[in-house]
Amino acid sequence: MARRFRPMILLAPLLAFLSLAYVLPFAGVVGWSVTLPEPGLQNYKAALADPLVLSVFWRTLRICVIVTLISVAMAYFLALLWVRGSPLVRMLTELCILIPFWISVLTRAFGWLALLSNRGILNKWLEAAGLLDDPLRLVRNEFGVTVGMIHFMVPFAVFPLASAMRMVDERVLMAARGMGAGRARVFLQVFVPMTAAGILGAILLVFVFAIGFFITPAILGGGRSVMVAELIYLRIFQSPDWGLAAAISVILMLAVSALLSLLLKQIRPGAEK
Amino acid sequence: MISSRPRRLTVILTVLIAIFMLMPLLAVVPVSFTPKRFLSVPTGELSLRHYRTLIEDREWIEGIWLSLRIGVLSAAFSTALATFFSLGIWMFRPRFAGVLMGLALLPMVAPPVVSALTLYFFLITLSNFNGIVAYDTMFGVALAHSVMIVPFAVVLVSVSLAQVDRRMDLAARAMGAGLGTRIFKVILPNIKFGVIAAFLLTFVLSWEEIAVTIFITSVDAVTLPRLMWQGLRDNIDPAIAAISVVLILIVIVVVVGKTVVQKLMKKRRAAPHG
Repeated sequence: MARRFRPMILLAPLLAFLSLAYVLPFAGVVGWSVTLPEPGLQNYKAALADPLVLSVFWRTLRICVIVTLISVAMAYFLALLWVRGSPLVRMLTELCILIPFWISVLTRAFGWLALLSNRGILNKWLEAAGLLDDPLRLVRNEFGVTVGMIHFMVPFAVFPLASAMRMVDERVLMAARGMGAGRARVFLQVFVPMTAAGILGAILLVFVFAIGFFITPAILGGGRSVMVAELIYLRIFQSPDWGLAAAISVILMLAVSALLSLLLKQIRPGAEK
Repeated sequence: MISSRPRRLTVILTVLIAIFMLMPLLAVVPVSFTPKRFLSVPTGELSLRHYRTLIEDREWIEGIWLSLRIGVLSAAFSTALATFFSLGIWMFRPRFAGVLMGLALLPMVAPPVVSALTLYFFLITLSNFNGIVAYDTMFGVALAHSVMIVPFAVVLVSVSLAQVDRRMDLAARAMGAGLGTRIFKVILPNIKFGVIAAFLLTFVLSWEEIAVTIFITSVDAVTLPRLMWQGLRDNIDPAIAAISVVLILIVIVVVVGKTVVQKLMKKRRAAPHG
């Protein structure tokens, strides 16, 4: 009898901790969304009808799509050299991936401010070269947010791509070459399709990350191009409407759960059968 | 093999991408030496005043000290919970192991801002009952960070458990070892590097955690990232450039050091004996 409860001694602390500190409070947030300021579903109605909230959803979606496409494309090149370059190239690429990866999101956002802001390095150089009279506005707008987010996402996209590339069987490529396919054709028609699972995984991973992203848009957007996560923050701390903030959080959680279940199917295609 | 090496065009494009990845990190360096009190590129005169701020200003010292304490507390707590949890899954393979694992990983996959709001709810509720583990306190932040980082510890410990030979544990059990002996004398010595790695990773994640911290602190529990956040939002404080240079240097030393050591070890292992 006691034997059967043994696993619980080990499992219970973490499960109890997360239930109390995470699952229950999330239920509380769901509670806020249907009771503040008064019981009912009006917060969800507002979230899906209010033009301001809708414009934020729309902007979030637009930025996420652009960020996902560009960062996965960039990551593909980096992964290619990381997996298939000569040993020295491999080591250099690895450093270009891992150093930004380990640097905190705040430092990286600040780096873009230092580079792109009105008094930043790029504008100073262009002015000194006599190419500009007024500084270019490169941050505190959607452009800055997009650039900063791409920079943040690239290392994350590299990992699934590189692991897909490592699994490509070299002999298949040699066979294609042997049968007379040119280098470009081998790459586009053999290599890229063989890494399709990695590409899809990277796309979903980056998209899921990007959609709930908070810090980079808040710093590089400067309050002008608010994305959905920042909207939640603003509705809690600046112009309070807790019920609406909670409703948007629940919607965001549902959207991400749906995307993640897609991702899981992608990782384990056999699990369905 | 050689024939499938990336070609010149690919290499040129990748070099451009690499520059894109490193550029913002380099841009921080000149800005940190500006003699002015606002974000600017120094022209002529260089100054170390912003580095002096870091070691003389109480705010920065206290922020760094608080982040260190919260990091150690939450990393120790979450690594311990995660180790026992992963051991439970590995040793007993309970039914619904997949569901339990999913629950343990939930804070890692949920959008950070949703977790932040959830933990804000949690801590303001706790604040109604006590003033120690509460909103805007050190223990409150440590507890919230533990929630966010515990999934990463579960992943690392589970991965290193997957490489342990199960028969060793079965042999220990057959010879009459109790649960404690099996865990502490047989299994833990075999996964100690996984556990240490989990502690280090969770410490780093807590040390740089900002999304949740913004929601659960205001004026008392100001961690280093919270301090940087405050200095970034409106008027940009160049002291942030100085702290950024320091943080970037630490990462470069650790990452380059690790890469070089790995290469050397590989070479030594590949070389014939004697």
